[in-house]
Amino acid sequence: MEKFMQWIDERYPLTETYNEHLAKYYAPKNFNWMYYFGSLALLMLVVQIVTGIFLTMHYKPDARLAFESVEYIMRDVPWGWLMRYLHAVGASFFFIVVYLHMLRGMLYGSHRSPRELLWLVGMVIFLCLMAEAFMGYLLPWGNMSYWGAQVIISLFGAIPYVGDGLTEWIRGDFVVADATLNRFFALHVIALPLVLAGLVFVHLIALHKVGSNNPDGIEIKKNKGPDGIPVDGIPFHPYYTVKDLVGVSVFLMIYFAVVFFMPEFFGWFLEHDNFTPANLLQTPTEIKPLWYFTPFYSILRATTNTLLPYLAGVALVTMVLAVMAVKNLIGRALIVGATVVFIAGLFTLEAKFWGVVLMGLSIVLLALLPWLDRSPVKSIRYRGWMYKTAITVFCINFLLLGWLGTQGVDETKTLLAQVGTIIYLLFFVLMPVYTSLDKTRPVPERLTK
Amino acid sequence: MAHDKNVDKAKRRFLTHVTTSVGAVGTGVAVVPFVSSMQPSARAKAAGAPVEVDISRLEPGRLLKVEWRGKPVWILRRTEEMLATLEADEPGLADPNSSESDQPAYATGRTRSIRPGILVLVGVCTHLGCSPLDKFDTGGTVGQVHDWPGGFFCPCHGSTFDLSGRVYKNVPAPRNLPVPPHSFKDDNTILVGIDHADETGKA
Repeated sequence: MEKFMQWIDERYPLTETYNEHLAKYYAPKNFNWMYYFGSLALLMLVVQIVTGIFLTMHYKPDARLAFESVEYIMRDVPWGWLMRYLHAVGASFFFIVVYLHMLRGMLYGSHRSPRELLWLVGMVIFLCLMAEAFMGYLLPWGNMSYWGAQVIISLFGAIPYVGDGLTEWIRGDFVVADATLNRFFALHVIALPLVLAGLVFVHLIALHKVGSNNPDGIEIKKNKGPDGIPVDGIPFHPYYTVKDLVGVSVFLMIYFAVVFFMPEFFGWFLEHDNFTPANLLQTPTEIKPLWYFTPFYSILRATTNTLLPYLAGVALVTMVLAVMAVKNLIGRALIVGATVVFIAGLFTLEAKFWGVVLMGLSIVLLALLPWLDRSPVKSIRYRGWMYKTAITVFCINFLLLGWLGTQGVDETKTLLAQVGTIIYLLFFVLMPVYTSLDKTRPVPERLTK
Repeated sequence: MAHDKNVDKAKRRFLTHVTTSVGAVGTGVAVVPFVSSMQPSARAKAAGAPVEVDISRLEPGRLLKVEWRGKPVWILRRTEEMLATLEADEPGLADPNSSESDQPAYATGRTRSIRPGILVLVGVCTHLGCSPLDKFDTGGTVGQVHDWPGGFFCPCHGSTFDLSGRVYKNVPAPRNLPVPPHSFKDDNTILVGIDHADETGKA
């Protein structure tokens, strides 16, 4: 065996890779349960790919056959219902895990230097995942699939000048049609999974370059023993592989409970309107995306003419803060110029267009976190009341926006969503201020527990 | 390396840049067929092609229904009496100026048409996509509208529209019936699906 390994290692860095990424990858010793979600996200990627492969063996990406082939999978294919439910419920669980993974980063400052690039790669993964989920949702060709895609693709029509041509290019037809289904299938099954797998690889390489953060936000690499190993580090394998197995076991219990006993999850994971085939002439009463898109969907819908003056206000606040932060004259002139153009645009272009912009911005702002956060400490454990309050408000607000996105619109709900949108923006825009004002506690030399 | 002295670095840099640029242009050109392949195919275009409608035999006060891109399109030749009702309808309408509704820039205003006498509409209710019925006989009560001035009525959920396809207040449909892009080839021929080029519009 030893000789065999030697033969391999002379030709391929197998032992080296194993050591670098598992047996001699030193992770902080104080990971808590929030640290399960990274490996669980990887698990969900594998589950989605494996179940997806088996679903494609029976699914037909054809507008005339798609809905029926899903029913065929559910009724006639041996264990087809299991594959389908694992995949459909899996999408929701994937997002639950990814949202918690991102929250973990925000709580413990995992996006801060030197992990900015790690965070950015993660944000691109999040975007790809959203595209993947959106395209996958069209494939069953249910009525909600159809009209959801119709509405979301029409969003691109709000872009001035190129909008209409762009929507036609995306759909490959003048309405969502067979061509759209066919290409979404190709993108969902080949293109995006390839990109996702590549990005996840880059994400892991970036992580292993800088090392994992921890609930204390202390760099364990700054405190190494005489052997060159961080004193607060333990090898990923076997310590965290075994620990993660516990997390996986608990997670799978919850996941399977939903898959077996409530796969629709009260219409939240599989919407009732999607159990009727796509119908070009019959729009569902309420078109709503699945829950994981609803916070952003709420922001989109909240952007009406009444919100625009408040957005101009937020832009002005941003401008004042940016001008104070930038010391050189040209930089300041550029900031003021950009703000003037933006505000002029707010009052000339349609509100619908700004809704799309704002929805995009709400994700871009997340990507900017490493630079917006000015606190001298990383972890929430050593931060003062301001950040703690801000992130609590942010989380509640995010959930509220998510809930509003699943509801129909009326005056009160639109107003709530508008207030929520402004709060969402202010959390980021004001972050440089409250994180630098916030009183922090001294960070210890060594990890606590 | 020993022979480095003899290397003309400027020439090497120039050649590298030129090769890279040509390569980049080549790659860019190679992308074109892939991107273009995602545009609507010839078959989709044929199905979505403009429809030519002969309206020479359309009598005043009558409605013609044609199909365009899988949707019913209505062409109504409005009489002077019909046009006269439009102004009186307005207090009861939800969006009399069509500011929240879908129509080309050349078909706005009260008549929502290029030529006031000829109204072109997509006959799909903006509520749930049913196709409303024409109710041109005046008088009586249609939906919630008393002393009906003529218009359209959706049998599914009772939405009412006036003779410009504008929706009444307090009905389920949120917007006026859309006006599709259309133009006049000549006085008796309408092209549904091709935008009207002449901004002035003839009466």
